[in-house]
Amino acid sequence: MNIAIAMSGGVDSSTAAALLAENNSTNPSGSSPQVVGLTMQLWNQRRLPQLLGEEAGEGGHASGRCCSLDDVYDARAVANFLGIPYYIINLEKQFEATVVRPFVEGYLAGETPIPCSLCNTEIKFAQFLSTARQIGAERIATGHYARIGRDQKTGRYQLLRGVDRSKDQAYFLFGLTQEQLAHAEFPLGGMTKQEVRALARVRRLPVAEKPDSQEICFVPTGSYRQFIDAYLAEQQRQPESSAGEVVSTNGRVLGEHRGIQNFTVGQRKGLGMAVGTPLYVIALDPAKNRVVVGEDRDLFRRRFRVREVNWIRPLATGDAVEAHVKIRHNHPGAAARVEARAGCEAFVDFLEPQRAITPGQAAVFYDRDEVVGGGWISQVP
Amino acid sequence: MNRVYFDNNATTPLAPEVFEVMRPYLLEDYGNASSIHWFGQRAKAGVEKAREQVARLLNARSSEIVFTSGGTESDNAAILGIVEAARGERKHVVTTAIEHPAVLSTAKSLEKRGVSVTYVRVGASAVIDPADVARALRPETVLISVMHANNELGTIQPLEEIGRIARERDIYFHTDAVQSVGKIPVDVEKLGVDLLALSAHKLNGPKGVGALYVRKGTILRTLLHGGHHERDRRPGTENVAGIVGLGAAAENARMHLAEEHRRVAALRDRLEAGILATVPRVAVNGDRTHRLPTTTNLTFDYIEGEGLVIAMDLRGIACSTGSACSSGSLEPSHVLSAIGLKPERARASIRFSLGRFNTEEDVDAALRILPGVVEQLRAVSPHYRSPVTSDK
Repeated sequence: MNIAIAMSGGVDSSTAAALLAENNSTNPSGSSPQVVGLTMQLWNQRRLPQLLGEEAGEGGHASGRCCSLDDVYDARAVANFLGIPYYIINLEKQFEATVVRPFVEGYLAGETPIPCSLCNTEIKFAQFLSTARQIGAERIATGHYARIGRDQKTGRYQLLRGVDRSKDQAYFLFGLTQEQLAHAEFPLGGMTKQEVRALARVRRLPVAEKPDSQEICFVPTGSYRQFIDAYLAEQQRQPESSAGEVVSTNGRVLGEHRGIQNFTVGQRKGLGMAVGTPLYVIALDPAKNRVVVGEDRDLFRRRFRVREVNWIRPLATGDAVEAHVKIRHNHPGAAARVEARAGCEAFVDFLEPQRAITPGQAAVFYDRDEVVGGGWISQVP
Repeated sequence: MNRVYFDNNATTPLAPEVFEVMRPYLLEDYGNASSIHWFGQRAKAGVEKAREQVARLLNARSSEIVFTSGGTESDNAAILGIVEAARGERKHVVTTAIEHPAVLSTAKSLEKRGVSVTYVRVGASAVIDPADVARALRPETVLISVMHANNELGTIQPLEEIGRIARERDIYFHTDAVQSVGKIPVDVEKLGVDLLALSAHKLNGPKGVGALYVRKGTILRTLLHGGHHERDRRPGTENVAGIVGLGAAAENARMHLAEEHRRVAALRDRLEAGILATVPRVAVNGDRTHRLPTTTNLTFDYIEGEGLVIAMDLRGIACSTGSACSSGSLEPSHVLSAIGLKPERARASIRFSLGRFNTEEDVDAALRILPGVVEQLRAVSPHYRSPVTSDK
């Protein structure tokens, strides 16, 4: 049985690869290699040189982000170090179609998209599993901090949070299907980040001291606004909604903005608007091309609608569950009632109002350690 | 795991006897070929012997051979050297749509400098029609550059006819013969070429060394500036061991050309026939008669070539999706596109290129493994229904 490990060149996936390779060497069977390292080439950093130029000027380098040449070198170095076969697979076309374009369109539509969740579902599991099967691997593994369980009664696969709550990545994996969970392994799910670093150091992995990546991988400067501008220019498109009005919650025009894609719900408006109390972006209205601003307390809401919901633990339409709901990755989560609706939708009703519920972000429903389901925040009435 | 190497168009293994000839020049005969003393003279003698060996393989004079760092440098030196030395306000170059990037990118760089370039197109056979070359010529055409054999398909181009056209019109004629030298007869007189690029590592010589044949009397501007090496045509201390290796490889190739041609062609034909007989929905790309004995390029419907290459490598068979120089890029091969393959079929194509050290056992090993691997890839394809399923 062959297993393909997705190697980004970072310490997590490198350590996961090391653990799989050791497991394999203590249990040899057959002559063909059992662990195969694959790096997904997702985005060509040279494609938008205006973004790289600035970074080069700062003496910086696109390291610590996936798709950079340095990361591919690192991944290859680790694979050589472990003595496992290693290949780069090019998924740039699929990545652009399923991650980058929806990311840009989301911002233009007044949302704040989270590309990592889309990338996990569309690329790291759907596409990667397909490629792995083509080359003869039956299973795939990644360095995510998450676990896979099995419901004893129903036999269904469960997605569980990683043991290290500070690094838990189950939030990004809510879109996984039963088929994908059945063929995936997360070797780091039961470990803390400190343990993973320690394992990497003990094994003297070439990336043991490499810093964690933080930014969205294809946005080299860390500025999504610069990225969107550069991408639209490359596509010879102008953002449809450019200048528009900034209004208060009661509709009073307070000023002008230069495109709603430049704003995020909850963002502190510091554009010199002479109002006594600090102002925040409360909502973005793509239909009227308006940015709605208000006070901090206006950001708190209880109810919202979720689209394209994936139920890992099935829920019949019309039924509801009590769940702990996270509305963005660093949200601690809060108690809510979640109701399954027709058309893969769900209604979420928090017991306590939550700050800055943002369309485009993922809402993920938990029952203790288990991810029950999740989807994309579509409407905050 | 037994490994089989079927990527000889990317590079070939160094022949052990070539390595033995090179060895003393890496150790005791380390002189600079330009030095006056005994050490220098030893090195110089090695270089000059190699020049004669290369000249003999091409039916050229040894004074017409310039050693370079390889095929890419030779192509650049020829094309840029001719165009820069040519007179006239307007300059025009004729080449083809299926050239190696060493030629194509050089042509593109000329376009950026205001030189106009015509890229002659090909049909499904991938054989250039000399009449198309003739039609592309203009009064200001200064160079025709047509490859001898295509690296991805192995297709051999009708250089003799194109050479005749070039002579009639008094236009310089360059060929990238990197894939053909040492595999089929290459006679610069018969072909009528003025410039010819070759590379040592494609004929079981070392990497990092090549040569450019420059017909006597050809006016060429040099690219690099430095000392008076290679009769002022290529400065830089000679890669003596590499050049000696190229000479030995050329000599080897010349001695065994006919028998190797027969032997490798038989292996390639056995492989190709075996694949066509055992794998459904496969097609051979390009003309099958005007073709190097080493090469077969096949389209396997419904697969990703990249996946097939990896799956085969994991089972010990090394093949490729085409040019090693363009791997990693997403664009389908420009050669396969030029012969009319749609992008998905171009990406479903695989090249097997055989060489001197391949055996019948290698071919049979590939034939044992390939059908199952193709079926495994197709099973994952959303478009493919195996013949058994579709009958239901």
